[in-house]
Amino acid sequence: MDPAPFSPASASLAGIPGWLLFLLIPLAGLAWFAWLMVARVKPLLRAAPDPRFRDVPKRVLLVIKIWLGQWRQPRYMLAGVLHILLFYCFLVLGIRTSQMVFLGFMKSFDLPGFGGSLGTFYNISKDFAGTLCLLTVVVLAWRRGIVKPARYAVPPGLGKDHTAEALQVLGLIALLLVSESLFEGSILAATPGATATPMTMAQLFQVCLAGTSITALGRINAVAYAIHDLTFFYFLCLLPRGKHFHVITSLFNVFFMRLKPGVVKPVRHGVDEKGLDELTSFGVKKLEDFTWKHILDFYSCADCGRCSDQCPANRVKRPLSPRFITIKGRDHTFKRYPPTGEPSPDVPLIGGIYSEDEIWSCTTCGACEQECPLGIEYIDKIVDLRRGMVEEGMVPQTLQKPMSALEKRGNPWGKMEKKRADWGAGVAEGYKLKVAGQGDTAPTLYFVDSMTSYDDRMQKIAQATARIFNRAEVDFMVLGKDEKDSGHEVRRFGEEMLFQSLKQQNTEAILESKASRIVTSDPHAYNALKNDYTGLPPVTHVSELIAAGLENGKLKLQPLADPTRTYTYHDPCYLGRHNGLYDVPRQVIDAIPGLKRVEMDGKCRDRGFCCGGGGLNLFYEPTEEQRMSVLRVGMAKEAGANVIVTACPFCLTNMEDAIKVAGLEGQMEAIDLCELVAGQL
Amino acid sequence: MEILVCVKRVPDTAENEISVGAGGSDISRDDLVYAVNEWDNYAVEEAIQIAEREGGNVTVVALGEPEIEEVVRREMAMGAGSGLMVVDPAMDGSDGLGVATVLQAVAQKAKYDLIMTGAQAEDGAAQVGGMLAALLDWPYASLVNKIEVKEGSLRIGREIEGGAQEVSDIDTPCVLSIQTGINEPRYVGLRGIRKVASVEIPVLDAAALALKPGTTGPAAAKVKRVDYFVPAAGAGAEMLTGSTEELAAQLVDLLRQNGGLN
Repeated sequence: MDPAPFSPASASLAGIPGWLLFLLIPLAGLAWFAWLMVARVKPLLRAAPDPRFRDVPKRVLLVIKIWLGQWRQPRYMLAGVLHILLFYCFLVLGIRTSQMVFLGFMKSFDLPGFGGSLGTFYNISKDFAGTLCLLTVVVLAWRRGIVKPARYAVPPGLGKDHTAEALQVLGLIALLLVSESLFEGSILAATPGATATPMTMAQLFQVCLAGTSITALGRINAVAYAIHDLTFFYFLCLLPRGKHFHVITSLFNVFFMRLKPGVVKPVRHGVDEKGLDELTSFGVKKLEDFTWKHILDFYSCADCGRCSDQCPANRVKRPLSPRFITIKGRDHTFKRYPPTGEPSPDVPLIGGIYSEDEIWSCTTCGACEQECPLGIEYIDKIVDLRRGMVEEGMVPQTLQKPMSALEKRGNPWGKMEKKRADWGAGVAEGYKLKVAGQGDTAPTLYFVDSMTSYDDRMQKIAQATARIFNRAEVDFMVLGKDEKDSGHEVRRFGEEMLFQSLKQQNTEAILESKASRIVTSDPHAYNALKNDYTGLPPVTHVSELIAAGLENGKLKLQPLADPTRTYTYHDPCYLGRHNGLYDVPRQVIDAIPGLKRVEMDGKCRDRGFCCGGGGLNLFYEPTEEQRMSVLRVGMAKEAGANVIVTACPFCLTNMEDAIKVAGLEGQMEAIDLCELVAGQL
Repeated sequence: MEILVCVKRVPDTAENEISVGAGGSDISRDDLVYAVNEWDNYAVEEAIQIAEREGGNVTVVALGEPEIEEVVRREMAMGAGSGLMVVDPAMDGSDGLGVATVLQAVAQKAKYDLIMTGAQAEDGAAQVGGMLAALLDWPYASLVNKIEVKEGSLRIGREIEGGAQEVSDIDTPCVLSIQTGINEPRYVGLRGIRKVASVEIPVLDAAALALKPGTTGPAAAKVKRVDYFVPAAGAGAEMLTGSTEELAAQLVDLLRQNGGLN
């Protein structure tokens, strides 16, 4: 096949030699792009440290799964599949685009390795990709412009609608695809005997241009090239200015994403607990207090709205939308570090960018992080912002009482320490609970935590747990008055020093008890002891102990007295999402003969919907349209359940209240997994 | 503006189970936890806000056992610039007038434009603020829930019975007793307290304050507590029965009949 008798490099546009023009466009484009990137990198260099360069193999696997494999995309099926198509087309067409840049000033050019049969194969692939990509863009534009899914809407007060930006970018992509095909088609039309890839735009243009004079084809070719070149560099320089920055940053954001769930970042990376007193400021108060990863998160947000769509706080209309935590952070970063012009004033983040209520509204349930296809983090940012607020004294009055009680009495209600194990009297007639510190010893330590220890209703969970231990022949003890609140909520509330103090007291008491393992029935305590504390004996949740008891035959469950009822399991966030315990509690429930269990489809397991209890929210009085737990009870009802089984005292109290609020008393009930099991022994 | 705020360390009523002690003239003090009196905390917050707005310094003073240091430091962590402690066993058992006499001596050791107290103490009798003003011969306003600083005077709002609001101008120097709700006191965390842990707090006694013997302490007290008891539960509790709607309707009727609703 003869090469085409023309090329952009040998063309001349408005009297300027093509090769010169098409050399200047990329040089100018790249220079401006580099300038923009310098402005974007600057805040990353001034931000707080975060050592994320370790665990490279794990990170590469994440890139393969979440970035290259687009693992989280199909969680929203239509949008996800469309994005996957677009993503792979971009990967394929990126090679062609690079080649195209060189074709502007060189008559022929192949990227290294693309000269031979790989090149032929590639050319067919890129023609198909271009056409498929255009079809995808059309569907995407129809969705953005006509269908307008609710999750893309911008609530009042949070800026302008983002549709125009999205459509502009789709238009640019379409222009790139069409101009590339026209460029290709004009060459095909001018090349005798050339065969276009069938069913592609290139073929369409070849057919349309058949019979056109070589001179005209040469001009069409040069103009198509110019359009492509200009569009590409315009697009490239547009990327770092908005939500399409993710095209560049997503690879890095996924590579550096959080590896371990359940944990909260230290106040400052590189400063250990002993060094905390030396820090002059705690938490995030101004932009540069964020870690560089958190600013990279801002850059990487694609504005897809999935986080907010899954956020329970957003669902009940609390003043929090995780999507706008990021968007507002990004806009602020861009204004503070503009590529040209004066930076905006250095306003405090709280009051200037975010509101106090917005930051207190989060339950740290983790639904947003679970959903984000780009690995953007929220919990650490929220906790860091709270640390700053706590230091500045900006704490709602309703939360100040429980904090002071935790400091003085080790529980948020200010109940007497000596009454912490009083629930033991209710286990059985004449039952005597073993208490470490009163001379008792046992290999297993039951860490009860505050709510289960003191709340009249939740004490029943402790009593049921004790009965299960006894039936499973597990010799156990509790810490009694030496047990303090695990501090799980305290830490996520941002009061790190109080958390450290509680942690230290508990750690000492636990080690002194000589226990060889810890069991807890509270997922918050479980997560704290397992992920926030260090140097403790192994920690398990009671559901795992029950499962083991069923396995070894020590626990046998009787059939249900009332087999007409339908059960559903509500995943506590700190058991499920933060620790991956989805199946064990379900296995335990299913082991009860005659029990019928249904799932709350689409809102269970890693999409479980928070009850509203996390992060001291039990004590917070937010402005909201309705309670999260009322919504949750509605989901259970819709699934056809009349018994909600959960495995967390916070969830249980919220579900029981919600059943009353929703007027479903008598029709629905909530029960803890331990109570359910203990009732069937 | 130089402001002195008088604070008291009291058993935290929210976090204690209060019972009468064996002697019958005091509560049982084993296992108690203490806090700054809630009204005083609002007064300190208000003083800090005024100083932040108008300039000046806030001094916090407490009287009692050495443990009062805990509350003085907490209020300093909030933002009070300096603290004072009056510790003298001879003053234990003072009545309200005795306490006011000590505070008068404290107030006269420096030049203050404004002295604030809480409207009352959780374990007190709401008397020290007024007595202190009288001893100093300064103007006094009680139950203040709004303060605006003017030249040589303050415009203050007072909450009066029935939720009505009264606005007055008061010349400085003056004494104000502060009502809760005047502001939203800021949170003080462990970190804040540690930051002021090494700030020196002067400790004064009767001699340092040049108090005349016999003006404070049990001997000078003209009010003496003679008994302390929990009233026996009276009869007359009425249990309502019925559905939630019926209960609500009955409750509204009862409230209306007994003048609880207008």
